[in-house]
Amino acid sequence: MEKIKYPAEALTIADKTFTSRLFTGTGKFSSNALMQEAIAASGSELVTVALKRVDAHDRDDQMLNHILLPHVNLLPNTSGVRNAKEAVFAAQLAREALETNWIKLEIHPDPRYLLPDGEETLKATEELVRLGFVVLPYIQADPVLCKKLEEVGTAAVMPLGSPIGSNSGLQTREMLRIIIEQSKVPVVVDAGIGAPSHAAEAMEMGASAVLVNTAIAVSPNPVKMAEAFCLAVQAGRMAYEARLAKQSMGAHATSPLTSFLE
Amino acid sequence: MFSEELQKISWHETTRAIYAKTAREVEDALSRAHAQLSVDDFMALISPAAEPYLEQMAQLGKQYTQMRFGKTISMYVPMYLSNSCTNSCVYCGFQHKNQVKRIILTDDEILAELKAIKRLAPFQNLLLVTGENPREAGVDYIERALRLAQPMFNNLSVEVMPLAAEQYRRLTEAGLYGVVCFQETYNRERYTTYHPAGMKSKFEWRVNGFDRMGQAGVHKIGMGVLIGLEEWRTDITMMAYHLRYLQRHYWQTRYSVNFPRMRPSENDSFQPNVLMSDREYVQTMLAMRLFDHDVDISVSTRENAEFRNNIIPLGVTSMSAGSKTDPGGYASYPQALEQFSVSDDRLPAEVEQAIRSAGYEVVWKDWDTALQQ
Repeated sequence: MEKIKYPAEALTIADKTFTSRLFTGTGKFSSNALMQEAIAASGSELVTVALKRVDAHDRDDQMLNHILLPHVNLLPNTSGVRNAKEAVFAAQLAREALETNWIKLEIHPDPRYLLPDGEETLKATEELVRLGFVVLPYIQADPVLCKKLEEVGTAAVMPLGSPIGSNSGLQTREMLRIIIEQSKVPVVVDAGIGAPSHAAEAMEMGASAVLVNTAIAVSPNPVKMAEAFCLAVQAGRMAYEARLAKQSMGAHATSPLTSFLE
Repeated sequence: MFSEELQKISWHETTRAIYAKTAREVEDALSRAHAQLSVDDFMALISPAAEPYLEQMAQLGKQYTQMRFGKTISMYVPMYLSNSCTNSCVYCGFQHKNQVKRIILTDDEILAELKAIKRLAPFQNLLLVTGENPREAGVDYIERALRLAQPMFNNLSVEVMPLAAEQYRRLTEAGLYGVVCFQETYNRERYTTYHPAGMKSKFEWRVNGFDRMGQAGVHKIGMGVLIGLEEWRTDITMMAYHLRYLQRHYWQTRYSVNFPRMRPSENDSFQPNVLMSDREYVQTMLAMRLFDHDVDISVSTRENAEFRNNIIPLGVTSMSAGSKTDPGGYASYPQALEQFSVSDDRLPAEVEQAIRSAGYEVVWKDWDTALQQ
């Protein structure tokens, strides 16, 4: 993929391997054509689309036609459902119509901040794994929930940095750090990433990938912004692989507590 | 129930407080608008004191709307099922006493209308409208209409008389997504002046209808005041109180607000008591957006084409197009009386083009009936 100028370790989730660690969304763009251009500029190989926005059975669906690029994998999401039962039904519809068993599980009964319901998400993940889905659940940055999701067979976890669309960056930083430290499955930081620096920060911390939508779609120049995120994600990943030097709060010239040992 | 909350809020005191707002209070509200504003802040933003701050409000309003909704406008279309009505709303063309041909569409006529709408544009958001006639066009009738529409439309809403919670639940099971109901005015004392007879004269039953929608788990609740009856700044403030109340109690529901303006006319017997200028309309829309970043703001074809084109970046998130406001208007009875006259009579494709020219994407589909099985 030519957008990836500085190849890092490839990322594998379930049966797929990604060169790009930037996942993108499809909502909020001012036109489908611009969305397509921005996706191309981002270098993203995994693009999420809300089932509620597309006519999954219509081969001429305008939005779908603009997402289906040669190197792009489709990640349908269940945005709009309020519980596990609705989510499982929606996932089955997506699988049948869009011919992918990958599903971004989003259960947010709260329509204002779109905060995910962990309890229902765990239930739905368990059921969907049983039905043969590759499940990527959108969740609170809750380390315990992440471990429980691992136990029921989730393919990755997608904890939020801050509420969807808030562009507030990694407000859940400390929890993300614990999740990354403990996780056996890829950790994709989803939601709240409002600037390339936020994305770079998540990658430096060791996130496997980030998902960005609003910050690109709502930018006055989505294509350029997509490219900026593409570069930031690569830079962050490189820094992680190269290992960041430790931060130091000041000089440590003397050792008042241990000098007696010398 | 909200009627109890409303009793604690004085209409006259609220009006006085709005008109006493100062530039300083407007500036304070604007400085806090990134987080959730209080109703008191909202009162500052719709007050005359905020008029000099309109451009600043517009910049913020645009920003918050795009954050939440992106650069998109959702499209919907109303379809009148009946104009048969037992109410006597003094401003309405369908009121009981008016000598107009009463129509309740048959199943075949409903299907013909649905197909005609589909020929007009790729609408997926359909709003079914009736008058209030529980005996001849009650819940059974509405449910049947929903079931007829469901295979063709992904998002079904109704604008009908207030129902019991159980009835809303039943309709939700039949595929209903949203309910729109206009309180018209929150001025309890004056309410019966405009709604002297029929079920609609019962203020409590209507204003508490929104609680019943919430209790029934309706996905989306549409609220509205009719501009032209009472002091609009006070009425809209009451709606803001109501919105916050509903959000606290029914947190899984989405909300939309409407504030259509009545215009003076030569033919209608009823003339609006108060007018809202274009500038004031925009101020109201922006105040509502700053008050609530997530509320859906809907603008119908009552507003004219030029005005609707200009407000696209100013907080509106959903628009109707090609609307007929009479039962059978799309196919069966194109000559019948309209409930209100449409100011924007452009074809949906023309509205779509105008929205695109403003740099916004037109969203026809934003829900899937499969998500509420």
